[in-house]
Amino acid sequence: MDQGFFLLFAAVSVITALTVVLARNPVHSALALMACFLQVSAIFVLLGAPLLAVIQIFVYVGAIMVLFLFVIMMIDVREAVLQRFLPGGNLPALVLLVLLGVEMLALVLWSDRFSATEPVAVRGGDEVRALSTALFADYLLPFEIASVILLAALVGAIVLARKEPG
Amino acid sequence: MVPLSWYILLGVVLFVIGAAGVLLRRNILVVLMSLELLLNSVNINFIAFGRYYADFRGQIFAIFVIATTAAEVAVALGILVALVRNKATLKVDDVTVMKG
Repeated sequence: MDQGFFLLFAAVSVITALTVVLARNPVHSALALMACFLQVSAIFVLLGAPLLAVIQIFVYVGAIMVLFLFVIMMIDVREAVLQRFLPGGNLPALVLLVLLGVEMLALVLWSDRFSATEPVAVRGGDEVRALSTALFADYLLPFEIASVILLAALVGAIVLARKEPG
Repeated sequence: MVPLSWYILLGVVLFVIGAAGVLLRRNILVVLMSLELLLNSVNINFIAFGRYYADFRGQIFAIFVIATTAAEVAVALGILVALVRNKATLKVDDVTVMKG
């Protein structure tokens, strides 16, 4: 049952990810990426992390992709539509990618560190409560730093996108 | 149950696809979207390892990755808007295309 759902979500996410990279129109890429994020959040649910799945949908699908679509609508994409994929001009990068993929696949398939088939006994219930307790107690400093980073990004984005005075 | 290696393989495949988008595409918007794809594949790995070794620090790290990604996208799109505006005002060129 779980395996069937995983295969379904994984297949759809890989197909939509390929669409993101191969589509000519950036709007199509953005929509495919949105579908891919939804599949990834479904995989998070399969992994027993419902909080992360909800955060994924809120932040990625709700905020980041809307931001992308706004920027795509603000700028003119008609020229970009004509741009070809052009893998031919970039042979070294293509070779590097194939090498990287083959290497990682070989390492994962040969290693015995990834052979766990059952999760270690899950703590009973209240996983979200334990997660938030750890986040706000043990990881308070990184949490505050993340909020400062978000604030800096907010100010930086406003300053960058502002019209020059005069 | 699904074996751990399946999740890792999914992460590998998505990572390679995202890296292909970053390296091969010349449209800066698609490059940014492929970057999101890379970060997502890493998040899958974090949560899968955290689940299979009963350690929820994987989820905490994934939360920080998502927060950092949001900041990165905001700044990157701000830079993109400024770039488009400057090029459009300075010279008539392909303003949506980043020449490699």
